[in-house]
Amino acid sequence: LAGFFGTSTRAFASVEDVEKAIADFSGGISPTDSGVLNLTTPEIAENGNSVPVSVFVDSPMSPDSYVESIIILAEDNPHADVITFHFTPASGVASASTRIRLARTQSVMALAKMSDGSIHSARNEIKVTIGGCGG
Amino acid sequence: MAIAKPRMKIPKSAAAGDIITIKTLVSHAMESGQRKDLDGEVIPRMIINKFSCEFNGNPVFSCDMHSAVSANPYFEFSARIEEAGTFKMTWVDDNGVVIEAEQDIALR
Repeated sequence: LAGFFGTSTRAFASVEDVEKAIADFSGGISPTDSGVLNLTTPEIAENGNSVPVSVFVDSPMSPDSYVESIIILAEDNPHADVITFHFTPASGVASASTRIRLARTQSVMALAKMSDGSIHSARNEIKVTIGGCGG
Repeated sequence: MAIAKPRMKIPKSAAAGDIITIKTLVSHAMESGQRKDLDGEVIPRMIINKFSCEFNGNPVFSCDMHSAVSANPYFEFSARIEEAGTFKMTWVDDNGVVIEAEQDIALR
């Protein structure tokens, strides 16, 4: 069986692709690596087809001040965009977990957009033992 | 395509003001569009691209997905409970197939 990302041609996200994903999400506002956004990932992922990822922002979730959305980007995947979570004050807390595919060892980036428009970033390196690409 | 019933873990009851944790899992191959079949043809992308959770008709949480979300997408998120009511979960895939599930929660 062919691996997840095929076996012959491997296209990975270009720098432009990553920058465009960041710009589309942030609306051009520079992200600050303030420590506000917590990105939790394993140091080593044995199976790149299912890597647990959690995000959390310690923020009030009131109609006046809340976390609108958090995007996860995998820079060395064929497409940088992985998932965007959208929160509301009814979420109670800006926290979400899911499982993602990673083609190979890389750093995963998360950006959080607050209701005041500010953008916070976080980045984690994940070592992928068996890539989600059978290679 | 046969679609299995989604699985959800939501408390049966909560006190007003409580923040509860919700877990959902739905069966879906999430074909990435990156793989090739044995003849070398690209297998077209077929993923769930949208998930949303509403409580009594109001949005609580949603997400937009791309091809790097794992098969059988799993989500864990939170909701603040102020009144009794019904959670409605909706998953939509690339073919427009809609999977829905509901669960009630009581106040205690």
